[in-house]
Amino acid sequence: MTSIVCKDLCKTFQQGDEVITGLDNVSITIEKGDFVCLSGPSGSGKTTLLNAMGGLDTPDSGEITIGRVRIDKLGKAALADIRLHNIGFVFQAYNLIPVLTARENVEFVMQVSGLDAEERSKRSYKILREVGLEGMENRRPAHLSGGQQQRVAVARAIVSQPTLVLADEPTANLDSVTSSQLMDLFVELNQHHNITFIIATHDLRVMKYAKRLIKMEDGKIISDEKQ
Amino acid sequence: MNITLRMAWRNLWRHKRRTWLTVGAMIFSNLLLVFMISLQFGSYRMMIDNTLKSYTGHMQVQLEGYNDDSKIRNSFDNIIPLAEQLRQTLNTSRVAARGVAFAMTSSEMRSYGLQIVGVEPGYEPEVSTLSGLLKKGQFFSGNNAEEIIIGSILARNLRVDIGAELTLLGSGRDGSFAAGVVLVTGIFESGSNDVDRSMAQIPLGYFQSLFSMGNQGHNIVINAEDLSLVDVLQSKVSHVIASRKELVLLDWNQLQPGLQQAIQADMFSAWFMYAILIVLVAFSVLNTQLMSVLERTREFGIMMALGVKPVRLGALVITETTLMSTLGLAIGAGLGALLAYYLSLVGFSYPGMEEMAGKFNLPDRMYPSLSLLSVFLGPCIVFICSLLASVYPALRLFFLHPVSAMRTV
Ligand SMILES: Nc1ncnc2c1ncn2[C@@H]1O[C@H](COP(=O)(O)OP(=O)(O)OP(=O)(O)O)[C@@H](O)[C@H]1O
Ligand SMILES: [Mg+2]
Repeated sequence: MTSIVCKDLCKTFQQGDEVITGLDNVSITIEKGDFVCLSGPSGSGKTTLLNAMGGLDTPDSGEITIGRVRIDKLGKAALADIRLHNIGFVFQAYNLIPVLTARENVEFVMQVSGLDAEERSKRSYKILREVGLEGMENRRPAHLSGGQQQRVAVARAIVSQPTLVLADEPTANLDSVTSSQLMDLFVELNQHHNITFIIATHDLRVMKYAKRLIKMEDGKIISDEKQ
Repeated sequence: MNITLRMAWRNLWRHKRRTWLTVGAMIFSNLLLVFMISLQFGSYRMMIDNTLKSYTGHMQVQLEGYNDDSKIRNSFDNIIPLAEQLRQTLNTSRVAARGVAFAMTSSEMRSYGLQIVGVEPGYEPEVSTLSGLLKKGQFFSGNNAEEIIIGSILARNLRVDIGAELTLLGSGRDGSFAAGVVLVTGIFESGSNDVDRSMAQIPLGYFQSLFSMGNQGHNIVINAEDLSLVDVLQSKVSHVIASRKELVLLDWNQLQPGLQQAIQADMFSAWFMYAILIVLVAFSVLNTQLMSVLERTREFGIMMALGVKPVRLGALVITETTLMSTLGLAIGAGLGALLAYYLSLVGFSYPGMEEMAGKFNLPDRMYPSLSLLSVFLGPCIVFICSLLASVYPALRLFFLHPVSAMRTV
């Protein structure tokens, strides 16, 4: 089954008098359950593509379909709902709400989507155990290491059982041991929960985990290979 | 506890000092408002009570039209029995009948035109403070005694003292010639120069015979124990006089419209000052919340990326303000109420108060009047204005774009 189809995506940014190309006619299809890495030099358009697929930003032209839904024409509120229920995000760093504990960070999204307190609590404990944070549920982000913070972010991303997780340089602030632990976690979640992962990264060690490696340059896809 | 509420509460203490400064501004203004408004209410109450108790009373029964056209002809029958009936029915002694006329009053040396008020010697002290203000001599010996009490200024002008004789010359109710000789038995100092110069009292019985009034008089003054009891009393009195269609009952506001106007004018200028205070507090809230929203742009961007809608983020900002304002309200109103309560026991005076005291015949200490209204009116307005001030920072979140918000550091 198909997860995401992008067709002829274009996106430019205006910066002063300059027009910067973010995406230049990008077409790509990603299957459900795949584990994709987006690589490429800085400014090649990885984040722009990820944001477009996650409904965070709308392309200037082209089509994006997730499952059966065309998301490129949706309004802000509908996109927010799709992000809330169907897509998980993990960003580079400072992902978490600093005043909430690990568990509250995870519960927060569930509360927004209207789950009752008992269910929220049950799920958040379970998911935090799954990402290896048992016993740290009541710590605030400031009292967690970078790797632990990213695990909380992952827990938060998958707790609503999304079909797709988008991660933008999730290991950029982590040392190599911690980043390979995080990647192991991604692989495990990909295998056991059949969640599609798309990870933008510069990191060669991260790319080794990919089932499919897509390289970008100047807003274009220059290579796309299965490993 | 709800996560939004928890989040809001913790967000407040991310910048302890800034939050306390804002809350402090609220506390200060609330304290000041409670104090000022209680004092204001207290002074109005005192002003009303003292002015009315000195002469006018809380209400009066009159012949319809007398208040606009106070001619001696506009009197009504059986005034003393009606006053007695009211005393019985209302079960109070704070009811007294009066007659009002004008007469030329002469001593051996000089003559002055005076307002002559006929009063019931037994009951007039219950409705007016004037008899208590006698500086010399005493009140009347009987209802038909040919006696007079006059103000100190008039006594000086007439060059008379206790025991002197005065000649009264005027016209009676029927237009006949009214003339009599009375003995000065008392001299009062009311505190109002006007009254002390131009008003004199004689017993009502003698008044009726002097001015050919028969059993008639001009008004019955009725006082309530307290201003707040006026309404109840008013309906009872109306009931008693219902059978006498020619009579009307006027309350203090109809009898002394100037009093209410003076209060309103004072209230207006006071509220102008309060408004400035409240606007300053609102701006400090606006500033704090704007800063706190701006510095959290990235955080809000992440929440939006997760699928949280701007409404919820706006609600978070409003909740934060609500918590802050509630603190300001509770502490400010609490301290203000304590202060006002303390001063309501020991009294309070400020420079320049004597001037006002002289004008309205007030004592020179004021006692704040503490009520739910005086304690919560100001702080509640501060509360509402603070919330309104945080609407703009909250609304800004609706124009936030998650991607650009997350790009800011
Ligand atoms: N909001 C924006 N305003 C202006 N230019 C932008 C904006 N977002 C992206 N760009 C530009 O678009 C191009 C693609 O940016 P993008 O962030 O997608 O690159 P990237 O591959 O994610 O780079 P990096 O590896 O550094 O994160 C860059 O030249 C960038 O400067
Ligand atoms: Mg990027």
